[in-house]
Amino acid sequence: MDLMQILSIIIPTAIFAAAPLILTALGGVFSERSGVVNIGLEGLMMMGAFVGAVFTYFGETWGFGAASPWFSFVIAIILGALFSLLHAVASITFRADQVVSGVALNFLAAGLTIFLVKKIFEAGQTPYITHRIFRGDVPFLSEIPIIGPLLFTKAYITSYLAIALAFVVWFVIYKTSFGLRLRSVGEHPMAADTMGISVTKMRYVAVMLSGAFAGLGGAVYATSISGNFTHATIAGQGFMALAAMIFGKWHPIGALGAALFFGLAQSLSITGQQIPLLKEIPDVFLLISPYVLTILALAGFVGRADAPKAIGKPYEKGKR
Amino acid sequence: MKKRYGLLMSMVLAAGTLLSACGGGEEEGSGDAGEKKDDSFKVAMVTDTGGVDDKSFNQSAWEGLTKFGKDHDLKEKEGYTYLQSNAQSDYRPNLNNLIRQGYDLVFGIGFLMQQDIQEVANQQKDAQLALVDSVAVGEDGKPLENVASITFKEHQGSFLVGLVAGLQSKTNKVGFIGGVESELIKKFESGFKAGVLTANPDAEIMVQYAGDFNDAAKGATIASTFYGKGADIIYHAAGGTGTGVFTEAINQKKNGKDVWVIGVDRDQFAEGIYDKANNKSVTLTSMVKRVDTAVYEVSKQTMEGNFPGGEVVEFGLDEDGVGIAPTKDNVSEEALKMVEEYKEKIVNGDVKVPKTDKEFETFKSEM
Repeated sequence: MDLMQILSIIIPTAIFAAAPLILTALGGVFSERSGVVNIGLEGLMMMGAFVGAVFTYFGETWGFGAASPWFSFVIAIILGALFSLLHAVASITFRADQVVSGVALNFLAAGLTIFLVKKIFEAGQTPYITHRIFRGDVPFLSEIPIIGPLLFTKAYITSYLAIALAFVVWFVIYKTSFGLRLRSVGEHPMAADTMGISVTKMRYVAVMLSGAFAGLGGAVYATSISGNFTHATIAGQGFMALAAMIFGKWHPIGALGAALFFGLAQSLSITGQQIPLLKEIPDVFLLISPYVLTILALAGFVGRADAPKAIGKPYEKGKR
Repeated sequence: MKKRYGLLMSMVLAAGTLLSACGGGEEEGSGDAGEKKDDSFKVAMVTDTGGVDDKSFNQSAWEGLTKFGKDHDLKEKEGYTYLQSNAQSDYRPNLNNLIRQGYDLVFGIGFLMQQDIQEVANQQKDAQLALVDSVAVGEDGKPLENVASITFKEHQGSFLVGLVAGLQSKTNKVGFIGGVESELIKKFESGFKAGVLTANPDAEIMVQYAGDFNDAAKGATIASTFYGKGADIIYHAAGGTGTGVFTEAINQKKNGKDVWVIGVDRDQFAEGIYDKANNKSVTLTSMVKRVDTAVYEVSKQTMEGNFPGGEVVEFGLDEDGVGIAPTKDNVSEEALKMVEEYKEKIVNGDVKVPKTDKEFETFKSEM
């Protein structure tokens, strides 16, 4: 196997595995930038994956055909945002401990989704969906020598969507007045309040955005990777997204890079066992390599990560 | 304000717990059944987290139990029943609950329950338990007297699908994807490899373990690597990780590549469907494990007073415990003939299918 062939296996799979993580991590950026910790990403993703599988399935029976997954994405975004309201109400209006209410969201999602699946399908899992997000070659771009075969063949359109959205989010957070307000609320809510920004409103919007993104991330996972929804479909991806966001220093592009790095490490650890040279390393070391690399990267190369100053603290008007 | 929040939070949490419990359905069987000491035989099972409609193991076991109950005029919930586990921590309470209700035989479905079965068996010496897919042993390493261990000769079934793969591979390269490397999954691997080489001595076999039974993304990545290296048939013994293998195969098929997957545990034809209208599937065939047969047989033996406690009851080809799936649309005539031929040879003992790496090496050298 030559280098080109190895790369053409590793890189597309890295991008493919990273897409749901990127989307969910972007959601986390919104929420945490506004000062609300969102441990509930896992639960939101679970909701999204559930909606993705169920509504794609219904979309198929309603005759939406190949548009079914896209239809389910829209529903996942809406329901994700609505579901995250629980977290928003508890942690913003009632000033609950944000970690606790996030965890509650995870528990609720785990129970609710499986309960609904059992009620709807009378089975422990949804049927397999036929119309998934399939991959294909990008016209024209895949003809480019070297990078064409690496980046634009065997690719999922959702992966490009996720990458593009990372830049959109970056623009929104750093280049618009909405973004400035969002960040100010997360850094120094009292100052923002004095300037006439409604802290409560901004935080509600941010948490709902995080719900929308995590819902989309979950739906992308269900429609491109798993093809159905069971209790084990989302098992830890939400927490990985959370880690990617922190690894990426609460920055959209950083989160994108971190998620891609996770994907690459994962892909390397799996395909490594089939590559000459790397094959000589015992399986166990390859399997743990993504986690070891992450620890090394966090400890050594990323440098200090500064969380938003007001993160985790409920804002009480007039309190010093 | 604080109080209201507390109430809200506890309601959310309570709702979560309640809902997840609801999923199990009728959790509490008839609680007082144990007090009415009747003499009729009663049998029950504890599912693992999949539930009795998981289209796999638990469902198959429940079908076996239901059939047993119907055949012997037992009433559901009195003569035969199940308790669903929603988490691994439910195993032990569920097992104890059923024993206390006076069930004569309680099945634990799946090797994940081994630890709990062993503990319960030690505490309740009078209870009769059965463990599917693993061997329950005491602290001295000897089988427990009051547990019947049910295992399957997966290597025999895997050998048969290996024959099919060996014959129908066009590239002479096939792959095997395992969940977590263990003695159990090695049986699948060794049997499969032996089957492939028997049908096609020149075949190259790629093997990889995902290290996980529930990671579809990993399954897809490994499958992509295998197909990328030229394999055209992949046999998976990886549970949920295997769904990723199907996803990848469907993707490849859509892009015009001629690839197949061999399913495991039950007929996985439906997982591989990529063209609903024409009922086309990437599933070549599946290796089925008849948990229902096993549950039925052991229940029957116990009812007749021959509880196989302390024994390892093995179900293989001759007991109809393993085999090749009923859907044979994609299997060639030639392969089917070969499967039949070797089935006979294995049952007769003419062919001894390897189940460990060591046995496989011996098998290979003798070819």
